[in-house]
Amino acid sequence: MMFDPQVIIEKLPEIGSGLFVTLWLWIAGVLGGVVAGFIVATARRFGGKIVNAVLGTIVEVLRGTPFLIQIFLLYYGGPFVGLMLDPIPCGLIGLTVYSAAYYSEVFRAGYASVPVGHVEAAACLGMTRFQTISRIQVPEMALIVLPPAINLAIILLKESAVLSIITVPELTATVSAIGSQQYAFLEAIFILAIVYWIIVELTDRLGRVAENRLSRLRFSKA
Amino acid sequence: MTPKLFTLLLEAALSTLGISLVSIAIGFVIAMLLSAALLSGKSIYILPARLFISFFRGVPLLVQLLLIYTLLPVIGINVPGIVAAIVGLSLCTAAYQAENLRGGFASVPPGLIEAADVAGFTGAQTFIRIRAPIALRLTFPALVNEAIMILKSSSLVSVVGIIEITKMAQDLASSTYQPIPIFASAALIYFVINSAIALLGRYAERSLKGASA
Repeated sequence: MMFDPQVIIEKLPEIGSGLFVTLWLWIAGVLGGVVAGFIVATARRFGGKIVNAVLGTIVEVLRGTPFLIQIFLLYYGGPFVGLMLDPIPCGLIGLTVYSAAYYSEVFRAGYASVPVGHVEAAACLGMTRFQTISRIQVPEMALIVLPPAINLAIILLKESAVLSIITVPELTATVSAIGSQQYAFLEAIFILAIVYWIIVELTDRLGRVAENRLSRLRFSKA
Repeated sequence: MTPKLFTLLLEAALSTLGISLVSIAIGFVIAMLLSAALLSGKSIYILPARLFISFFRGVPLLVQLLLIYTLLPVIGINVPGIVAAIVGLSLCTAAYQAENLRGGFASVPPGLIEAADVAGFTGAQTFIRIRAPIALRLTFPALVNEAIMILKSSSLVSVVGIIEITKMAQDLASSTYQPIPIFASAALIYFVINSAIALLGRYAERSLKGASA
């Protein structure tokens, strides 16, 4: 067997459409996860013991079980409870819920990193809880949560490859299908690995740039 | 969901546990070699180690497994699927463990290394007796987290046909047509194992702290 990536490169438009599905599912999943994760972390912090315990258990279960099992439960189990989902919406919901659980832990650590004195000072100044969150706690935790948030985004990009198993037409599914059609499976998987590697490295670099910008912004005003 | 089905899942859990434990152990050895390479100060060792870590952290595990699964026969290595699965998981966790260890090795006080040097330790002796034990103690919590990650990631070897919890659950779900109870039970088994690992980890961490004090 000769290594001949040419047969794969001819299929560039198809690979592009798979890449597009991967990228938008990933970005939507991360954004949804950040928003939902922040809401969960905030509810756990201010919602009282019962809310904290219930949400905490859900988060632990989502973090303690494989993403693949969660997806199977949603995709194959959903129709039995009237939740008939196509692969793409199913993948998007699964990815968002999974990432929300992890992002909620990132924000929980973020809340814990803000000194109590700052929050008390805000209360003394008559700030409402919403004002304290938006003007004191969020800006102060931003620099702390950025590195783990970017790491998590990278993990989620890689996790999204799992969606190929429930036939979401994303990058992994598209490229491995081309590989099987062309009898060039090794070449296909090799190219697939390189594409992911490039996106991950780029995200990592961009994350570091964002971190530097943010820390300059944060400390130049001090 | 009958007790018989649950027993089948539990049996498959042994396979998941076995694959994960072996992969973590092999991955740990490779991670130590990678760390030694990174600390060697010689670029012929450092660059390949960096490339290895970057690649295996930058590519989805599913893609790595598919790559190894197709690559091994092509280069003339015919091994059973389970060996290919363990190779894939080991290489992946090695990269992550090496990255964790990097932080640990960076926190070893330079004075200790200089002291070992003055005391006549060779580079290898300093690594084995001073740097590695300290780094290991510092990165132990990260190692426990990595064990949990690998246990969850091992669900992906179902894709290459290895019978473990996930593959068993898939087969049972399609033959009995009861996906909800079966996948929920599989999730429960993973969750219980992971909670047990986390608990043991915290216990071990306390005893490690006791040992160093």
